[in-house]
Amino acid sequence: MPRSEEQHRIWSYLIAGILLILLWQVIAALLNSIALPMPLDVFSAFIAGLSGNLLSHVLVSTVRVCYGIALALSLAIPIGLVSYKDTMDKFITPFIYLLYPIPHIVLLPLIILLFGIGDLSKVILIALIVFFQILVTTRDAARNISTNYIYSLLSLGATGKDVYKHVVFPACLPKILTSLRISVGTAIAVLFFVESFATRKGLGYLIMDSWSRMDYPDLYAAIVSMALLGLSLYLVLERVEKKLCAWVYV
Amino acid sequence: MLEAKGISKVYPDGTEALCEVSFKVPEGESCSIIGPSGCGKTSLLFIFSGILKPTSGKALIAGKEVVAPSREVALILQDYGLFPWKTVYGNVSLGLELRGYGKKERQRIVSPLLKNLGLSDFADHYPKQLSGGMKQRVGFARALALNPDVLLMDEPLSSLDALTREKLQNSLLSLWKNNRMTMLLVTHNIEEAVFLGREIIVLSSRPGRVVIVVENNKVGEVDYRTTEDFFDKCREVRSSIEYGAT
Repeated sequence: MPRSEEQHRIWSYLIAGILLILLWQVIAALLNSIALPMPLDVFSAFIAGLSGNLLSHVLVSTVRVCYGIALALSLAIPIGLVSYKDTMDKFITPFIYLLYPIPHIVLLPLIILLFGIGDLSKVILIALIVFFQILVTTRDAARNISTNYIYSLLSLGATGKDVYKHVVFPACLPKILTSLRISVGTAIAVLFFVESFATRKGLGYLIMDSWSRMDYPDLYAAIVSMALLGLSLYLVLERVEKKLCAWVYV
Repeated sequence: MLEAKGISKVYPDGTEALCEVSFKVPEGESCSIIGPSGCGKTSLLFIFSGILKPTSGKALIAGKEVVAPSREVALILQDYGLFPWKTVYGNVSLGLELRGYGKKERQRIVSPLLKNLGLSDFADHYPKQLSGGMKQRVGFARALALNPDVLLMDEPLSSLDALTREKLQNSLLSLWKNNRMTMLLVTHNIEEAVFLGREIIVLSSRPGRVVIVVENNKVGEVDYRTTEDFFDKCREVRSSIEYGAT
């Protein structure tokens, strides 16, 4: 991206951010309730938290959500990619169609029963939900690969493994990364849910804890941290997509 | 030599693409295949490149039955031949990479090839950044990188404008004259078939059968295109196609 365009982008983000904070300020002033503190109060709570233990909660949450997404990816990508073959797809699709629409979050009791109440259960629940979002997109992308690409590669002397490396994976990668970006929001929402019980670490815990203490500036500092976590993951993934899928953006 | 021995192809869904197709193309000769759309021309090329198996009959290259893709045979497809996620260099060197050539060796073969086709400055570009004519030249370069004995082409120029098309027909002609490959060109353009094929095989509508094989001995010079003989040949082929379509 040319420099001026990049600068333009940064400015537009900055202006949007400032407008949102102003809006917050106006609503807070109108409501005049302790349940919605002024941005400045939250900001000072956030800064105070940074020198306290806010960062360690952020770190725990980041690790949980990243492990969850990584676990989902490592399973969804291979299963999605092999669906480019009709035979595999016929076998896999019925499972996807039956399992995808189920609200997986209700499986929490089962997951806790199987994996305990520690971090593993939290990671698995995040992974389970994100898994289906990535799988469905990857599978659809793999089904849409023109057979001409595959024929063309075979004519150059490719074997089965080469087809994945040179056609199926690169062809699906932009869609995979887009679905991943969309999944970040879901993953963080699930993170909040799994951290709201049976743990004393993480932003979800911090939100529930400061809520019960009616410490609203702290509550909003935790919410802002969660939002920033989502935003940074989103931005990182956007960068990765631009880098790995340069051919889409030329 | 390239030989079709009674090739028939029926797809699993019951579509009959080819019926008892037989012909021979002597080594180093060029042959055009022309016929109405959907007459199984592409299937025929896929069979010769070892990607599809005929339902019955045999495809022979240099006397050996084709059972799998081999490095002597290169296939050029119309639109999807190039991989949009690979650069020009990546596309052209792919065949060599798949056959286990090292990085240096690939460069030694690919760099002069790109230079000859006027693509050196675009080695790091993606196909999306190229014009139609350039994309097709990349397709040629990729096929030529493997130094094939047989070049199979499926309507390689059909998406180009008329001027670019004639230019590339000329470069194909000189490629063929310089390298003496056996060329099999599928096209639906009569002028192209006559300009490039020493033999012109006319196929009927589906299932494709050989209607007639037209000899076209004057092929080989760029100005053939403007001669009276050329137009006579085009007329002859056109009437055969109309006959085969009924």
